[in-house]
Amino acid sequence: MGFNFNGNVPIYLQIIERIKLQIIRKELVPGQKLPSVRDLSLQYSVNPNTVQKALAELESLGLIFTERTNGKFVTLDESAIKRETERTIEQKLNEFCCSMAELGLDKSEIIKKLNEKE
Amino acid sequence: MTDLLSVKNVSKSFGDKKVVDDVSFSVPKGKIVGLLGKNGSGKTTILKMINDLLTVDQGEILICGQKVSTKTKALVSFLPERTYLNPTLTVKQTFDFFEDFYSDFDREKAQDLLNDLGLDLNARLAKMSKGMKEKIQLVLVMSRRASLYVLDEPLGGVDPSTRDYIMQTILKNFGEESSILITTHLISDVEKIIDQVVFIDNGKIILNRDAEELREEQNASIDEIFRRTV
Repeated sequence: MGFNFNGNVPIYLQIIERIKLQIIRKELVPGQKLPSVRDLSLQYSVNPNTVQKALAELESLGLIFTERTNGKFVTLDESAIKRETERTIEQKLNEFCCSMAELGLDKSEIIKKLNEKE
Repeated sequence: MTDLLSVKNVSKSFGDKKVVDDVSFSVPKGKIVGLLGKNGSGKTTILKMINDLLTVDQGEILICGQKVSTKTKALVSFLPERTYLNPTLTVKQTFDFFEDFYSDFDREKAQDLLNDLGLDLNARLAKMSKGMKEKIQLVLVMSRRASLYVLDEPLGGVDPSTRDYIMQTILKNFGEESSILITTHLISDVEKIIDQVVFIDNGKIILNRDAEELREEQNASIDEIFRRTV
């Protein structure tokens, strides 16, 4: 049931990340209808208000839109999805480079390690 | 935003022991509020006053703007910590009892929820496990179309799968027009479903905040923050 949330981070942020990832991975395709707030709340076992907050945020990021009375849909604007994908890759790469830097590896050493890796 | 429940400067003593000391908090419409405290912190006493089972010494409690009385009982659906159901009755008879007693009891809804349990309606409560009885009690309480649901330790002493059932049942039946006040000392279990947290210790409110804001600000879970502060 649901998924395991990290208790130290606001839940709505974790829901945003999860839905964003589904959009990036095309598990949710442009124009696809999202489950209702109530269904998502049950699916994740979280408060519906928290789901509502996450969806509002995704909407302000331009990743989803609301069709009055019909529900919420994944944006048809592929460039918005592309932008978000790039931003996420950038962010994950930064995190990765930071942890490598903590281990004392510079860029060329990181690349070397990556090439050695199967 | 309208408050379905407002507790204003309420105090209560038993003999010379003050168990609730100048407590104020409110439950807005459409929210789930967690009243969190250790055993003996005064949680249940507050719930009993909300349900008119105890009188307040000082202050006042309003439910949908009305002072607590026998009238407001119709607006509140209360799950006490201990079961009050008659063990010799069957599930069906218990449903009949609730239907007679509460005009807002939605039998169809109760039936629906019970279906998930795969339970025989003619089974007697006396023959059921503690966890099963707790589930039935919760189904009955959540099947009333009340304004305010007051749940006292709904997760006390149940196994993890029962706990999941209980959480789902609570979420399924909670609508925008109603609110839930839930007490527990098992904080990590309710974290995901509460909007607002109220910490109580020794009869006093020591914190009253939005759950997500608190997590964001402290970079910690409510459970952890509770352990630190209480």
